[in-house]
Amino acid sequence: MTNIAYQGEIRFSRYLDAAGQPVTELPGWAESPEILVEYYRQMTLARQFDTKAIALQRTGQLGTYPSLLGSEAIDIPTASLMHGEDVLIPYYRNHAMQVMRGSDWRDVLLYWGGDERGSANPAQRQDLPNCVPIATQCLHACGVATAFRIRGEKRVAVTLCGDGATSKGDFLEALNVAGTWQLPLVFIVNNNQWAISVPRAMQCGAPTLAQKAIGAGIRGEQVDGNDVIAVHEAVALALERARGGKGPSLIEAISYRLSDHTTADDATRYRSGDELKAGWEQEPVKRLRNYLHGRGWWNEDLEQAWQTEVSKRIQQAVDDYLATPVDDPGAMFDHLYAELPPQLVAQRERVCARAETRRQQRQG
Amino acid sequence: MNESITLVEAVNLALAHEMAADKDVVLLGEDIGVNGGVFRATVDLLERFGPRRVMDTPLAENLIAGLAVGLSTQGLRPVAEIQFMGFIFPVMEQIISHAARMRNRTRGRLSCPLVVRAPFGGGIHAPEHHSESTEALLAQIPGLRVVIPSSPARAYGLLLAAIRSPDPVIFLEPKRIYRAVKQPVEDNGQALPLDTCFTLREGSDITLISWGAMVKETLEAADELAQQGLSCEVIDVATLNLMDQDTLLASVGKTGRAVIVHEAPGHGGMGAEIAATLSERGLLDLQAPIARVTGYDTVMPYYRLEHHYLPRAADIVDAARQTLEFA
Repeated sequence: MTNIAYQGEIRFSRYLDAAGQPVTELPGWAESPEILVEYYRQMTLARQFDTKAIALQRTGQLGTYPSLLGSEAIDIPTASLMHGEDVLIPYYRNHAMQVMRGSDWRDVLLYWGGDERGSANPAQRQDLPNCVPIATQCLHACGVATAFRIRGEKRVAVTLCGDGATSKGDFLEALNVAGTWQLPLVFIVNNNQWAISVPRAMQCGAPTLAQKAIGAGIRGEQVDGNDVIAVHEAVALALERARGGKGPSLIEAISYRLSDHTTADDATRYRSGDELKAGWEQEPVKRLRNYLHGRGWWNEDLEQAWQTEVSKRIQQAVDDYLATPVDDPGAMFDHLYAELPPQLVAQRERVCARAETRRQQRQG
Repeated sequence: MNESITLVEAVNLALAHEMAADKDVVLLGEDIGVNGGVFRATVDLLERFGPRRVMDTPLAENLIAGLAVGLSTQGLRPVAEIQFMGFIFPVMEQIISHAARMRNRTRGRLSCPLVVRAPFGGGIHAPEHHSESTEALLAQIPGLRVVIPSSPARAYGLLLAAIRSPDPVIFLEPKRIYRAVKQPVEDNGQALPLDTCFTLREGSDITLISWGAMVKETLEAADELAQQGLSCEVIDVATLNLMDQDTLLASVGKTGRAVIVHEAPGHGGMGAEIAATLSERGLLDLQAPIARVTGYDTVMPYYRLEHHYLPRAADIVDAARQTLEFA
């Protein structure tokens, strides 16, 4: 005798096509301008920041920086839908989410400018800082969600990662425990098709990454990650379910990395210009702009005014960043332990004295 | 009231005390719930504190560490059990890259006040990968505290201190002496300091320095040397990071001679760090080269050979005599 022990399916959702035309009936909230116009403002703000950050890196004023280009339609609705008391456990490409949740663009620049204080803004509350070791943050998200469960709080942990991260044991261990304990947690995979130089097809033999959820006993779905309406719908449902005690979800958002991996990378070494061109045809900002124009909710005058406003805001952040003096070298000791251990006092004094000597020498 | 208990019972007593005193203390690990831990360190705690605070996790050590990091950033005080130190390696990334760095990299906005407990060391005829002593790998990590008790009373007091510490602590339990001796331990909630060595015996001729299970052989060696008319000062280092250098230096300042005893391989071991410290800061007090009695620079042998690997009291006596006989 043989029965089907389990049968699963992964749904893919899209509301707007690449030209910004509805391909199906839109949810009610997308029939009025408030939310979508705000999303558009945040997405273009993020994109203009990104351009500026890369320019700063190219002129030696910022360290290696990972571009957010192509992830705007994933990050902006997600950050917008999260409650303030929820906790974001980001990877290293979610700059716009961090700012929307209370950080400042100056902090983003400070962080990628090599300064730990970029993760210190108290406005970030209990959100975790950028996570560089791939997929390790997914486990932190499970710990954060477990803390909510222990305390009986109606809060949700939201974590993001790239497609490459889904190959790591950490990711699978996180999905597994989230399913076992039915944690209030949302996993979002920004499947931008590339993990530095390794394409999606070389990460995993499964047709979707979302189906990894099936193996963990949790909800999994795919959305068009260039379609802000599809992402909004999926994230809103996942947050509502998590908050209501109905368990975790995995959302695989299909996007395209329109940038190099970071400013230290050169994607022309491993991917074709044609593929990149095709990626730009799907891109999320133009798609939403076309929809807004079609509805008469946005126009060139509004665009001009908004871009001017955005330029001002970003320039202010850049000025603040560049005006921030380098931290005192003693800082590397000051937050290592809760209190400075006596064993480290002499080392701290040495580095500070050496810095002071150099400063005096420079002043002649 | 002052019941005599074993080291592993003292661990259980400290966990129970702190869970009752602080609702933020939670336990997680493999088989720690209904089973009470493979060494019974968490026995009865599930019944007392419930499954939300005593969590049997899926079987993944990296997961346990990552959960502890996440829990601790939200203000909880997780105490994670890794069943054997031989399985601590998947934990290392979370501990090194996150737990030990979180406070520094957020400039104090978030921190990881967590404890990772793991039984360690050889001598119990265990399967492969169940007998390692890799404390030196952990003791080098900035931001971390590494603590090793060597008696029931110190297990109780140091574990309380570890759980209350605002910093992440690795708490390594010498399983060879989990049940070797019983000692009266009062459940008074008194923590011991994490910033000091413990001088177990005062002496004037030579300083014997050790930690964990080897403290037993070190004390036996001190007894043997006492019968030969030699007065040994015996120090249990207890906290390997951050190490109390001053007590060690003061003792060697008095005796002028030191033997360092540990089970882990000598090469790159904590004995080397201690010897370097004594040389850097106490060279003029030394009357003889510092000796080390350690495990060999080999893979920890499987159990038929492990008694050849583990240092014996006689080895410590020999090393001490050579040190004392140095002109």
